[in-house]
Amino acid sequence: MLFTSYGFIGFAAVLVSAYYLVPKRCQWGLLLAASYLFYFIAGPSALLYLLATTAAVWFAALQIEKNVRRQSAYLKARKDILSKDEKKEYKAEQKRVRARWVAACLLLSIGILAVVKYTNFFISNVNGVLDALDRPQLSFVTLALPMGISFYTFQAVGYLIDVYRGKYPAEKNPFRFALFVSFFPLLVQGPISRFDELGGTLYQEHTFDKVTVCSGLQRVLWGYFKKMVIADRMLAAVSTIIGHTDTYTGAYVFVGMIFYTLELYADFTGGIDITIGLAEAMGITVQENFRRPYFSKSLKEYWRRWHISMCSWFREYLFYPVSTSRAMQRFSKFARGRLGEAVGRRLPVYISSFIVWFATGIWHGASWNFIVWGLLNWAVLMLSEELEPLYQRFHDRFPVNGRGAYKLFQTGRTFLLVCVLNIFDCYPSLSVTAGALGSMFTVRNWSVLWDGSLMALGLSGLDYGILAAGLLLMLGVSLAQRSGSVREKIRTLRYPARFAIWYGLFLAVLLMGAYGIGYDASQFIYNQF
Amino acid sequence: MEELLRILKDLRPNIDFETQERLIDDMILDSLALVSLISEISEEFDVTITAKDIIPENFNSAKALYALIQRLEDED
Amino acid sequence: MTETKTRKGQIIKIAVTALIVLSGLFLLQRLLMPKYVDGVVEGAFVAEYYRENKDHDVIFVGDCEVYENFSPVVLWQEYGVNSYIRGSAEQYIWQSYYLLEDTLRYETPDVVVFNIQSLQFSESQREAYNRMSLEGMRWSASKVKAIFASMKDNEHFLDYVFPILRYHSRWSELTAADVEYMFTTKRVSHNGYYMRVDVKAAENVPQGKPLADYNFGENAWKYLEKMTALCAEKGIQLILIKAPSLYPYWYPEWEAQVEEYAEKNNLPYINFLELVDEIGIDYTTDTYDGGLHMNLSGAEKLSRYIGRVFREEAGLPDRRGEEKLSAVWAEKAAAYEEEKRAQYQYYGMEEQN
Repeated sequence: MLFTSYGFIGFAAVLVSAYYLVPKRCQWGLLLAASYLFYFIAGPSALLYLLATTAAVWFAALQIEKNVRRQSAYLKARKDILSKDEKKEYKAEQKRVRARWVAACLLLSIGILAVVKYTNFFISNVNGVLDALDRPQLSFVTLALPMGISFYTFQAVGYLIDVYRGKYPAEKNPFRFALFVSFFPLLVQGPISRFDELGGTLYQEHTFDKVTVCSGLQRVLWGYFKKMVIADRMLAAVSTIIGHTDTYTGAYVFVGMIFYTLELYADFTGGIDITIGLAEAMGITVQENFRRPYFSKSLKEYWRRWHISMCSWFREYLFYPVSTSRAMQRFSKFARGRLGEAVGRRLPVYISSFIVWFATGIWHGASWNFIVWGLLNWAVLMLSEELEPLYQRFHDRFPVNGRGAYKLFQTGRTFLLVCVLNIFDCYPSLSVTAGALGSMFTVRNWSVLWDGSLMALGLSGLDYGILAAGLLLMLGVSLAQRSGSVREKIRTLRYPARFAIWYGLFLAVLLMGAYGIGYDASQFIYNQF
Repeated sequence: MEELLRILKDLRPNIDFETQERLIDDMILDSLALVSLISEISEEFDVTITAKDIIPENFNSAKALYALIQRLEDED
Repeated sequence: MTETKTRKGQIIKIAVTALIVLSGLFLLQRLLMPKYVDGVVEGAFVAEYYRENKDHDVIFVGDCEVYENFSPVVLWQEYGVNSYIRGSAEQYIWQSYYLLEDTLRYETPDVVVFNIQSLQFSESQREAYNRMSLEGMRWSASKVKAIFASMKDNEHFLDYVFPILRYHSRWSELTAADVEYMFTTKRVSHNGYYMRVDVKAAENVPQGKPLADYNFGENAWKYLEKMTALCAEKGIQLILIKAPSLYPYWYPEWEAQVEEYAEKNNLPYINFLELVDEIGIDYTTDTYDGGLHMNLSGAEKLSRYIGRVFREEAGLPDRRGEEKLSAVWAEKAAAYEEEKRAQYQYYGMEEQN
């Protein structure tokens, strides 16, 4: 069910109403039922994957906790009998038991994800090799990618690792845990939530509060505006450019990458607004996934403000474990000895972050362009890390830092950089991407920017007008947001003004939204990841 | 503690680590810096800081970090 | 005291808000919906029926092959038969069936005429045609069923309930007529008849391309059977016809199936294609689009023929003696003559007869 379908809107409306009508102790049960129904509608067979991951992680986490309790009981009972070394040995042994639970469980849940998502990618690469060897090709398999599998798998895995690390106790009630994994607004495109943050508010009883409900629904409306008025309209031009790479070269690629980057923002943050707003309408707090990312002054900052939940997931559950692992530390020590202090110190960071960006790339999509996209991000980040002293010297010499114009320059530069990197995930293959990117420098057709050619991309002058107005509004809201919630600011206005704003926004979505016959139903870009 | 302050100073020369108490919250130390720091510490102090220890409370100030190191030394 | 006051204020606030929201949406919807008063007037036919006095002797259902080919004015003037055409562009057979069901909520005619051209389709072909046939229907169980029978995969029932969802982006193409006819409409047909006086002779009529399968679809048959049963139940004489359109091509294989069905169900079936000479249809003067549809001249010829069938075979009485009805028809005839004159003038033609 897409966010922009009548089905979803109806489903959400019925759920929110029912949520406040059922007895409060049934509220979370209702959410669980609704989430499973949602998932069932999306694809009944996919329920099996969800159930397998949920059951396995729930069970393993309980075993880990039991083991910890057994361990402390054992040690307490034999406090005076065991020597320090014996205690240490026992502890290490128990830790290995717990680690085995984690490993087995990861193997299963990440395994499911890997199989359904990457089997065909794997086969196509094997075929590449077979082709070179003149051997017969393997055939592809048809595996439906269950909706949101990347998101719920990551959520479940994060929980398991947290329990293993002793961050919080395991959830005993399988149904409550099942709700955490399957809470349906998050299934569509995240945010990848943490148990200690989401769990509490998910199971709490919530009393109907007009302000909360309205505020949540207002955010949903704003999400629909971004998604339907801006993103889905832009999609027409973006898919024209991406779909006809022979015709649309040079300046068109430039236009395409800017449009794609803006569309991606409107689409993704709009979807997240719908998710978070819907949860808010039920009194549930979901953490933010974006903090005005296109205002970032460097790529590093951008990755702290864009898709925050995914980035922090990779940092906490992949980057830190890898970089602080015993093997890595040993390797670092070894490298320092052989290759010198400077190299040895950098290696753990370089290697670990390489792994993280490789994973981030392939998480976005099972193809080489996503991998290259991830690794390019890595390369730029590492490069700017190395150039840091150089920047420092420049800034010591020319104290422009902190000035408005320079900040603007930094922001613009970062935005362009993000646009260029994004080219790799909008074109279908690496060779096409390279061709398109190259044509920007070889094909001299910049006149298309003003000679009216842009009118032939599937958008009329009126569409461009709407887009310009919508983008300006989005920019204005982002600027206003820096000093606090825009909805709260609107709430301080008098009733007629408030009403005019929200009714106006509603009518804008209704009349200018790119939906219905004549507009292709477009999936959220992030839906399949 | 002296040792630790020296390591920190090497990493970010402009920061006054004796007073700063929001190293993580204010993004003075990002994830890359943290990893370098951790590998320095494990070298110098012979303790193993693992991923589970990487939480803001342990890294927000030099004092907290020192406390973590001592705790890990005790466990060994 | 103050508490009741604030409570009252609250209620007024909510009521005013709701009023503004709903009336705003209603006005927008009226504004954005196509009016079909000029250009494609066929979209207005279905709704026009509800303004009639409903005691017709004959109801026609079907696509352009009924609403362009029969003139109820001639049927009245020459036979005293009170008829109405519930036709619409590319009306699919399930739509014909439900339009008939809808008509029967208001009246029970003696005869129903159905043009079997639409048997060729077993599912809706274009959303635009669905809209023109269904939108004008008044809400009833029949309409709901008609919508569900007609919807294509990319259509939603909700779009029919709230047409603003369908026409939301029409604001960029509004004309003065959209404002003028927001709450009113003007008559665009003559008891469902769409008049054209101009002439375009039929020449080089293409032959039908061979089809993979000549059998009518299961769904199409289902609705013909339902229509037959409904008429039988209500004691209505159902007459099947095939208009004398040279194109789209009417295949002999199709003809055979219809003939067989008519015989089996004991229904009269008139294939006008076979009666062209008898009726005196001249494809150089009686069609306005090269043989697809009849113009006024052709339609009047067909009407005279079918009027005789109504009189002689269905035994419909001559109602010209009914004073009230005659008065209504006098008015209709005047409008008919008026438009005839206007069209002759528009096309720069000599008035005939």
